Amino acid sequence: MIGRRFWPWVAFTLGFIYFFVPLIGMIEFSLRMRRGVYSLDAYRSVFADPQFQQTFFYSVVLSLCTIVIGVVLIVPTAFWVRLKMPRFRPVVEFITLLPLVIPAIVIAFGYIRLFNTSSFLPLTGSATGTNILLTFGYAVLALPYMYRAVDTGLRTIDVRTLTEAAQSMGAGWFTIIARVILPNVLVAVLSGAFLTFAIVIGEYVLAALLDRPAFGPYLVLTGANKAYEPSALAVISFVITWACLALIQLVTRFSKHARAAQ
Amino acid sequence: MTVTLHQPAKRRAALPLHWLGVAPFILFAALFLILPTLNIVVGAFRTPEGDFTLQNLLNLSQPRIVAAFSTSLKLSLASAILGCLIGFLIAVAVTLGGLPKWLRGTVLTFSGVASNFAGIPLSFAFIATLGRVGLMTVLLRDWFGINLYGMGFNLLSFWGLVLVYLYFQIPLMILIITPAIDGLKREWREAAEVLGATGAQYWRMVALPVLWPSLLGTLALLFANAFGAIATATALTGSQLTIAPIALFNQIRGDVLQDPQLGYAIAFGMIVVTGFTNFLYIFMRARAERWVK
Repeated sequence: MIGRRFWPWVAFTLGFIYFFVPLIGMIEFSLRMRRGVYSLDAYRSVFADPQFQQTFFYSVVLSLCTIVIGVVLIVPTAFWVRLKMPRFRPVVEFITLLPLVIPAIVIAFGYIRLFNTSSFLPLTGSATGTNILLTFGYAVLALPYMYRAVDTGLRTIDVRTLTEAAQSMGAGWFTIIARVILPNVLVAVLSGAFLTFAIVIGEYVLAALLDRPAFGPYLVLTGANKAYEPSALAVISFVITWACLALIQLVTRFSKHARAAQ
Repeated sequence: MTVTLHQPAKRRAALPLHWLGVAPFILFAALFLILPTLNIVVGAFRTPEGDFTLQNLLNLSQPRIVAAFSTSLKLSLASAILGCLIGFLIAVAVTLGGLPKWLRGTVLTFSGVASNFAGIPLSFAFIATLGRVGLMTVLLRDWFGINLYGMGFNLLSFWGLVLVYLYFQIPLMILIITPAIDGLKREWREAAEVLGATGAQYWRMVALPVLWPSLLGTLALLFANAFGAIATATALTGSQLTIAPIALFNQIRGDVLQDPQLGYAIAFGMIVVTGFTNFLYIFMRARAERWVK
């Protein structure tokens, strides 16, 4: 008879092959630009491309703005709902889940229709307006992840006691949220922030339909026109995704150690 | 306590101030999530002049759109079913299979990364691996004499796309189903064994019935996940393989000019599909929680 662990090992090994071969494939391909030898030419070419620099910078700035909007919007809301309006919580939770239900392309389509130049809020009429719209759109896409992260963070602290303690020392709502609640859920907020960054940096549909020079549309353009650069870009994107997820693990683990040491 | 001191002032404006706290969030959600979506839904039932009509939805029956939706449904279903099955097997292998403990953590961490490594870079990775001059294509040909493309394989085809989609579907399945598998109580297995059940009988008559709602719910989630995805397919096939979101994209971009109202109808159709599958997911998860706590 075959050992008890035979089939689990088979399942794991097949999965391992499926998930690792494409990674090796993209790394190998990204090194093949110079004929006959492995070189970093494709990476050199990517980094030297002014369009790469511009679009990457654009997306980084946008994702940072998205994170700020997300934090400013969601931390007070999640806090307030937990403290004062527990019966309203299912509604908020339902709204935060909607971006997973409504495809991003439909939301983008709605933006084009709702915020066109003849509407009540003609955001798509100017570059700045479209940038703002895109940032809020990203905040919508990140909403499920950000809210879940913050809400999980709030669950681990005693919101009511902290608030009453701060109030009895004369703190206003702003002070309570910024200096009492936020530092206590910082780890959760950071987790949400890194995930938001990973989502926004490679996003394609919203940026393409709103016609902004973001990293996602640049990737598609490069994929259509170049041979080796796309693989180099894939490797870079993969590293960014890894880094974001690794940072989430790191801050979570760090906070656990800090708490255990207390 | 200071709370009592504030009481009179608070009571005076209790109701409106209460809601003021969530006002920014409500405004944000209304303006950037709900109104844009409602705009599309209402538009799907309107003529360009603003009258009520069902003609837009009837126009979905043209062959081009039907083909796009049917490709999308098949693609989502195939990648969801395979993703569910394979993800489940891997999750069972690393949680219950007696593999080294550290493996489980590594697999879960990697799943977190891989489920987010979707979109354009993912298709680049697959082109570099299984494209016409990709690593595996070349190696199989040079080392084993297997000509993948000669055998009818094509990465830019339906099954090629399924293969690529599995790269984010399987990890998502692993992430969602592992807690459910953890919830299977050891006592159930022991009780089954005491009663003389074989391993297969335990799975068929105890474990799978308990996990069934979770499995079906996750299947629905994976389906919706694949159905809304567009970037991967765009980067991989350009517009060779038209799926519903690509059809909508082209409609919005104005490549297809003859019927501006059709875009609304396609978008509405997509909301109906993802809305229904997500509803199924939430419903199934609620049922699953009765057993797996």
